[in-house]
Amino acid sequence: MIPAAFGYSRATSVADAVAQLGSAGPDSKLIAGGQSLLPMMRLRLAQPEHLIDVNGLRELDYITPKDGRLLVGAMTRHATLVRSEVVRRHLPLLSEIASEVGDPQVRSRGTIGGVMAHADAAGDYPTLALMMDATIVTDRRRIPARDFFQHLFTTSLAPDELVCEVDFPVATGAHRYLKFRRRLFDWAIVGVGVQMSDDGWRVGITHAGPTAVRAHAVESALRSGANPKEAAEHATDGLHPTSDVHASSEYRLHLAEVLTRRALEQAA
Amino acid sequence: MAQTVRLAVNGVARVEEVEPRLLLVHFLRERCGLTGTHVGCDTSQCGACTVLCDGAPVKSCTMLTVQAEGMAITTIEGLAPPGEMHPLQTAFWESHGLQCGFCTPGFIMAASALLAENPDPTDEELGRGLEGNLCRCTGYVNIRRAVHAAAKAIREGSAAPTAVGG
Ligand SMILES: Cc1cc2nc3c(=O)[nH]c(=O)nc-3n(C[C@H](O)[C@H](O)[C@H](O)COP(=O)(O)OP(=O)(O)OC[C@H]3O[C@@H](n4cnc5c(N)ncnc54)[C@H](O)[C@@H]3O)c2cc1C
Ligand code: FES
Ligand code: FES
Repeated sequence: MIPAAFGYSRATSVADAVAQLGSAGPDSKLIAGGQSLLPMMRLRLAQPEHLIDVNGLRELDYITPKDGRLLVGAMTRHATLVRSEVVRRHLPLLSEIASEVGDPQVRSRGTIGGVMAHADAAGDYPTLALMMDATIVTDRRRIPARDFFQHLFTTSLAPDELVCEVDFPVATGAHRYLKFRRRLFDWAIVGVGVQMSDDGWRVGITHAGPTAVRAHAVESALRSGANPKEAAEHATDGLHPTSDVHASSEYRLHLAEVLTRRALEQAA
Repeated sequence: MAQTVRLAVNGVARVEEVEPRLLLVHFLRERCGLTGTHVGCDTSQCGACTVLCDGAPVKSCTMLTVQAEGMAITTIEGLAPPGEMHPLQTAFWESHGLQCGFCTPGFIMAASALLAENPDPTDEELGRGLEGNLCRCTGYVNIRRAVHAAAKAIREGSAAPTAVGG
């Protein structure tokens, strides 16, 4: 289908994007890669009156290691993350996750900032951001990931606020991201990420609730000496996934446990 | 309100007035008359609309024409010079990589992007490279065979690949 009519302008700087969002009113939206927004507009699930295109903001397209952190600009595309030697060296789990997002065509256009702002329950990077205590940097403040993702499609961003950067800690230890889906390009029915870091295992779960979660109970079981199988039994602690056409709630809980065990066993 | 967009399609520079909501695929099919790029779904999943934007594979149903400002677009019609066939086209023909053919232009464009980056893909890499394209007829076996055959032909230089991305 063809999207409903809308106005269109290009942002020339971060400040300009924020100013345009403010003046164009509540029914205006940013468009980055368009890989979530345009499908919704084609189905008329979204009908913004005005789009402000941020694709020209090349200053938000960077991958910079700095003092034990890996700073990733919001306009960095999935394909750039997949190809980046710097990402492979400083946070290889991010490379692995990026290569599992959508398909090559989606990865050519879609951006990390777009995934964060869109906050789909099945988004893959929010899991990494939560489990690694990343910070979402906007045009005006720094928001810890645990305060950023509030609910399905809901973040703590103000209506005129722009995601500029995701600030991850560097982590090069054993890691794995396992994503269960029926076809390769599909979103995760459930996904699990594990990363060995300075303070032990970090574990995150995708799509077992309205937002990704950090599996604290699994992490502390591992710290107390549990093996992967024993620790994975805690993966479902506090989870209340919904049922949908892809999977029942029970099946999602089963996947969370099995994938957690497998990810810990396969981490390298 | 119509906007001016400047872009190159298969090497031809164009300056056009378009509505912001005009999807790139509709621009290519209806304005440029390049109907080799197909629309197979409403959900950005099938890949039948795949074209190259500055060499990168893109679903042209999931991009606005105004977002192609300054870009070089390559469609299936522009992959080989007029009257010639790209090694991928030859290979799809010879290996029976199609039945109804609806998905074929999208597969060939996605495969051309894959081979530009990875001239000798393993079977798994080939499958991953084409994961954004669906075929309802072939069961994919002959599509894989065709892309492997084209990769070999290009590597052995029996048929030089056309430069993609304008
Ligand atoms: C077939 C298909 C499969 C996919 N599979 C997956 C998958 O497996 N995993 C996954 O994570 N994603 C998947 N996606 C979604 C894809 O990763 C999108 O790229 C992503 O969700 C949105 O990023 P975008 O840059 O395309 O944003 P857009 O679609 O342009 O925007 C999405 C939303 O975010 C807002 N926004 C964008 N950038 C910013 C910013 N910098 N600051 C504030 N707000 C902003 C927009 O206003 C809009 O509301 C898939 C998409 C498709 C079409
Ligand atoms: S028409 Fe199906 S992905 Fe574009
Ligand atoms: S040949 Fe018919 S859809 Fe692929």
